[in-house]
Amino acid sequence: MPTAAVRLWASRHKALIILVPSLLLTAIFVYGFIGTSFFFSLTNWRTLAVDLSLRDPIWQTYADMMAMPRFQADLRNTVVFTVLFIALAIALGLFLAILLDRQFKGRSFFRSAFLFPYALSFIVTGVVWRWIFNPETGINLFFDMLGINRGLEALGMDPLSPGWTTDPEVILSINQALAALWPGGASFQIEWGIPVALIPVAIAATWQLSGFVMAMYLGGLASIEASVRDAARIDGAGEWRTYRSVIIPMLTPITISTAIILLHVSLKIFDLVFAMSGVGPGFATDVPAIFVFEMMFTAARYNLGTAASIVMLAASCLVIVPYLIHTFKSRE
Amino acid sequence: MGGNPPDTWQTHHGAEVQTQYIGPGFTESLHDLYVEEGWYELFTPELLQTVSHDGVPHMVLINLHRSNILWYNKPLLIEHAVRVGETLSYDELFEIADHLQNSGVAALCMGDAGIWANGIMFENTLVGVMGPERYLGLWEGTTAFTDADIRQAITTYSRLLDYLNADHAALSWDQAVDKLLDGGCAFYSMGDWAYGELTQAGMIDHEDFGWVPHPGTENTNILVTDGFTLAKGAPNPEAARNMLRVMGQRAVQQEFNLLKGSICARSDCDRSAFSPYLQWAMDSYNTTVSIPTVVHGSAAPADFRQALNDALTDFVVRRDEEAFAATLAREAKASGFGQ
Repeated sequence: MPTAAVRLWASRHKALIILVPSLLLTAIFVYGFIGTSFFFSLTNWRTLAVDLSLRDPIWQTYADMMAMPRFQADLRNTVVFTVLFIALAIALGLFLAILLDRQFKGRSFFRSAFLFPYALSFIVTGVVWRWIFNPETGINLFFDMLGINRGLEALGMDPLSPGWTTDPEVILSINQALAALWPGGASFQIEWGIPVALIPVAIAATWQLSGFVMAMYLGGLASIEASVRDAARIDGAGEWRTYRSVIIPMLTPITISTAIILLHVSLKIFDLVFAMSGVGPGFATDVPAIFVFEMMFTAARYNLGTAASIVMLAASCLVIVPYLIHTFKSRE
Repeated sequence: MGGNPPDTWQTHHGAEVQTQYIGPGFTESLHDLYVEEGWYELFTPELLQTVSHDGVPHMVLINLHRSNILWYNKPLLIEHAVRVGETLSYDELFEIADHLQNSGVAALCMGDAGIWANGIMFENTLVGVMGPERYLGLWEGTTAFTDADIRQAITTYSRLLDYLNADHAALSWDQAVDKLLDGGCAFYSMGDWAYGELTQAGMIDHEDFGWVPHPGTENTNILVTDGFTLAKGAPNPEAARNMLRVMGQRAVQQEFNLLKGSICARSDCDRSAFSPYLQWAMDSYNTTVSIPTVVHGSAAPADFRQALNDALTDFVVRRDEEAFAATLAREAKASGFGQ
């Protein structure tokens, strides 16, 4: 029989008692494992046989990794992919939402149709778009079928046959500018620019996620009252001006939350790229998650794989932590 | 590592099974099974040594592949008035390649969506240029990765890369076999698992396709194998042992290898049951030096294999011979061998 004192203590600390299991689980399975991974990244462990002796100097695995052309390419690709993907997905999602925001027949059909790709697995998307962008059997055939290439040849130009995900070129390279700014810039082993092969991957990711962006914006648009539009109209704003100066600015909170959600998709992306193009020619489409996967499970370089995953975690924190701080502050 | 192993798993001979699995103690000795089945007499001592630790075997080999074959589309070469004899030198190959290229045919097939396929061509060229002894020295620490031979091999390999089919990065290794069959390219440097694909497609030896050893590797057999182990702490050790017993049987190896495009790991299979190519492969196996493959893990540990794949991915696009050689030398050292 619990005594009165125990019962009193329990009733005072009800919240704590209820929280303890989840706190404990989070401590072990999230923070404990992050700590363990970080520890592994400092060790000599690079075979299947466990070796937990610390490396000397202790940060050497991180230094080796940063010097690897492959990892440099991964960081470049993450930045380029993130910018392309978020810009395209938000632009397309917003456009679809604005189209569907008006009353017309078949509206709900189109809403479902545009949202449908979001229900697919990234692996499925990756395989389908891999076929679409196959340079010999994919959309390049349309250039022949539609007579575009015949037209170009008639004009004395080369036929259009992009290599898509197999194109190793990096355009808009800023290496020279970097070298001018900073003496170390000349020693980069990779081209800092936009890998052409990454563009089709961003298109595939956009196709999958723009329906989700549309749904977010439709929710936002529904919350804007008709009187706001009426007021804008009375002030003489046309349709375009109403969206540009009134509606889209009012949707800013939605845009920010959507961008954050897309950002974490892009930082973690693995399955889409793995199925669609793999590491790509000259690592043109490699991403940190594939690097982690290969170092852990094919190379058995556990220290390097965990080091890369810690860098990925830090990259996410750079974005998520300010967002969380902002959210908590605005709630107070 | 997690203490919950499968009963058995497929792996390759040499470094892969020895450094990854036997060394750290993940596998059981199969000595009693070898004695019961009489396998000590049926596998050659050279093979036994590659699956053993301190003289005790830990793996049953089921097949032997030869990795250094240059396959070619015979009708396509006849159409372009090219004749290929029993062997081909690099000079002859480059001459033919230029001739084909001028007629608009990609001389070399490649499907390196998985980069290891290009690794096979590199490895074959490395052996072809350096010779087997110096190649073995790379793994035993008697040949330096900075050696002039290596640079020569890289240069030759780089030259070969100029003749690939344009869509090589979009194809997997087996799709490149299809391309060879369709006449989209002429030669393919690939192991004889490609032979399995060729026969599945109904192609006939010496008629639809032909083969020569990869240039410079006439007296060498770059060996790729498949075999199975018994896990330490296997949940069903008896069932696993029985499975290994089956895999070592002559009838099983014979049937399996007819389909796989490889030869028996046992030395007593019936030669006459095999096709012309496989008979050729058997004879060549018996008369050449077998050396371990790095691409399939037998020559060096997994971390080096990954490093080689990464260096190749970079090299195929950037063609920086110096950086490629330097990376190999550095990674060999980091992996615990080389000079």
